[in-house]
Amino acid sequence: MNKRLLALLSVLVLASMVLAACGQPPAATEAPVVTEAPVATEAPTEAPVVSMGTIKIATQSPLSGGQSLLGVAIKQGAELALEQLGGELAAMGYDVQLAPYDDQATPDVGVANAKNIVADSEILCGVGHLNSGVMIPSSEEYHTAGLAFISPANTNPVVTTRGYLEVNRVVGRDDVQAPAAEEYAFSTLGAKSVYIIHDKTAYGQGVAEFFRVAAEEDAITVVDFVGTEETANFDAIVTPLVAAAPDVVFFAGIYNQAGVFFKQAREAGYEGTFLGTDGMDSSDLADLAGDALTSGGGMAYTTVAGPVSAYPAAATFATDYTAKFGAAPEAYAAQAYDAMGICLASIKAAAEAAGGTPTRAQVAEAIRAISYEGLTSTIAFDEIGDLPLAKYFIIKVNATSKDTWGSNEIIASFDLASPGK
Amino acid sequence: MKQFTSNPFYKFILFPIGQIIVFALGASLVLSLFTVLLAYIFRGFMTEFDLVERVLLILPQVVINGLTIGFVYSTIALGYTMVYGVLEFINFSHSEIFMVGGIVGVELMAYFDHTGALQTMNQYVIIALAILLGMVISGSLAVTVERVAYKPLRGAPRLVPLISAIGMSFFLQDAVRLILSLTTGEFNVILPNFGTFDEFLILAVPGIATPLRFQIKSILLVGVTVIMLVGLNYLVNGTKVGKAIRAVAQDRPSASLMGINVNMIISITFLIGGALGGAAGVLFALKATKLDPFVGFFPGLKAFTAAVLGGIGNLTGALLGGLILGLLESFSASYLSTFTNGAFGAEYKDIFAFAVLILVLILRPSGLLGQTVGQKA
Repeated sequence: MNKRLLALLSVLVLASMVLAACGQPPAATEAPVVTEAPVATEAPTEAPVVSMGTIKIATQSPLSGGQSLLGVAIKQGAELALEQLGGELAAMGYDVQLAPYDDQATPDVGVANAKNIVADSEILCGVGHLNSGVMIPSSEEYHTAGLAFISPANTNPVVTTRGYLEVNRVVGRDDVQAPAAEEYAFSTLGAKSVYIIHDKTAYGQGVAEFFRVAAEEDAITVVDFVGTEETANFDAIVTPLVAAAPDVVFFAGIYNQAGVFFKQAREAGYEGTFLGTDGMDSSDLADLAGDALTSGGGMAYTTVAGPVSAYPAAATFATDYTAKFGAAPEAYAAQAYDAMGICLASIKAAAEAAGGTPTRAQVAEAIRAISYEGLTSTIAFDEIGDLPLAKYFIIKVNATSKDTWGSNEIIASFDLASPGK
Repeated sequence: MKQFTSNPFYKFILFPIGQIIVFALGASLVLSLFTVLLAYIFRGFMTEFDLVERVLLILPQVVINGLTIGFVYSTIALGYTMVYGVLEFINFSHSEIFMVGGIVGVELMAYFDHTGALQTMNQYVIIALAILLGMVISGSLAVTVERVAYKPLRGAPRLVPLISAIGMSFFLQDAVRLILSLTTGEFNVILPNFGTFDEFLILAVPGIATPLRFQIKSILLVGVTVIMLVGLNYLVNGTKVGKAIRAVAQDRPSASLMGINVNMIISITFLIGGALGGAAGVLFALKATKLDPFVGFFPGLKAFTAAVLGGIGNLTGALLGGLILGLLESFSASYLSTFTNGAFGAEYKDIFAFAVLILVLILRPSGLLGQTVGQKA
């Protein structure tokens, strides 16, 4: 027994030595790349500029997993903005870097990343997240640390109604979006009954509740109000749904779950219309659901981020993005571009006012003071970080596969005022 | 009579199939009657609609859904229960073996889709190939896992291999995630569209207003699992290997003294359990159409529960437990909202299903078909 223990110990010691040996070289080689290399290369080429140090701008969005298509679009939109708009700060002598984080669409991962982000004193501003359920707890960390974040996608009202100086968004809100969806169901589709299903996240359940309230005001019968985390087998939910045969099924959630649900509901014989909100806005939805989106009553969704073609100022952005990343921009890429643009412009304004590297608080103040000419609109934030007037779209899906996602048509678009706090 | 019962056709084909039918129909009937009875009792409280009518309207479909998922649970549960029978430990990584089988099957179909063979080959040949590949990969993975993670711990206290199994489960989830996301960062696998599996067989039954709708893939799922269950029954009760497995389960040291290669038998047990799990994974993928590396967790947990409900270590019990759990889940998901007038939706289905399980286990702690055995040393 003793011998075995000894053997085990020696193996452990050996293993730890190997691990330590493996662990060191990357650390040793990484350090100069991050901190020294840029300074070293920049100093000789731009001789008159005095190096002012490094500024990092974080992004946080799901870069892996079922929602990564949208999350990666956010990161890439921000990356492109930094590349195209970062020149002014570079001219002032700052080395501006992107610090992308993967929140995996999971609150605890987002919060853990947020702790790392606020601990890095070079990060002065951030772009993120995709999911309200991740943004809300993560932004508590940003708030405590005074680090300003601009969200390109979060629509849950609570994101801004807490009144944090550090939290802003360049999109609309669910308490406007969901009633807009309901209005479409009631007036355009003439729905008399609706089945509401949500994904039990802050975003999904929030949207579902707003939709229910609006539906009840219009005397639409709410057949059922169901939350589910199921992602694979919806049989048990679909059976009573098909029997009740509501005019509209409202899915409050994200496309990766909704796609499977739509497909199974259609297969089981549901003939009505599917309705969703901005979480549906991904070409992956068409891959998952296929014909289910166009058969029967079809499918439509509201969104706070229209297709890039809906924004006249974003035409060059679309070509640049496609050229750089080899794919057309998904939803929120243009919003992320704007969020990054605001970060850069605010840091610049704050740096000029402070006469040196600004503090996080100065950047956060500068963001609230800014009026920024973006791709999506002229952006200025109100006292809680919302857009006073935000754009909303209703989009009807004509696509049955990923490649034809661009054929979806905008049925309506409106500018609606934020309800405020 | 004696002659008849010893007839292999009866013993290995008729009897197990009959048993499956009796279990499936019996469980469905009991639950249906209970639900209808409840509907009659509470009929007076619902003024807006006729509760009984509403319950009966979807009852056949609810039973079909429940049995379909129930057979999946049964097939996975067999993997848990076989390993428990032989080693007396819970192989928590079995849910990941199931997931790997499903993902391998879908990837094979995606490969056929890529080469164009998917549209030209016979759809049933494709499914058979996918199931076979899933069984082979999952079976060998299960054997490997046993060799790497459990065998070195065989003499250790019971909790030690259990922890090892949980660790293995996490390892497999993230290993699969890593492999799938190497190229694109995307780890969801989506079943390509092919064949006629999404279509329905519609059966009008006199006396029932809505015709019964059987989806082809549900029929396929039930059919294949029944064939596997019958095959397993023959393997365990009709062959020498099966005899050896039973001997090892009963008394490992004695079996070893009788000249049975215990290590080999344990490996074979993992191989069979893993192969069943892999096949169930492919069939589940056919139904779910989208898989990710974490999809095994809930079916695995439910199947484990099914194995406990039926009496862990007992093969017939796993079958019965799986069917009952599937039905319970389907009934509670479909009817909770109707009975509570919308106060509790389908999201509470698991709470309800597990509450029933706790009741059953209070009354029969060793499971429905389990025997109370003394603790083995």
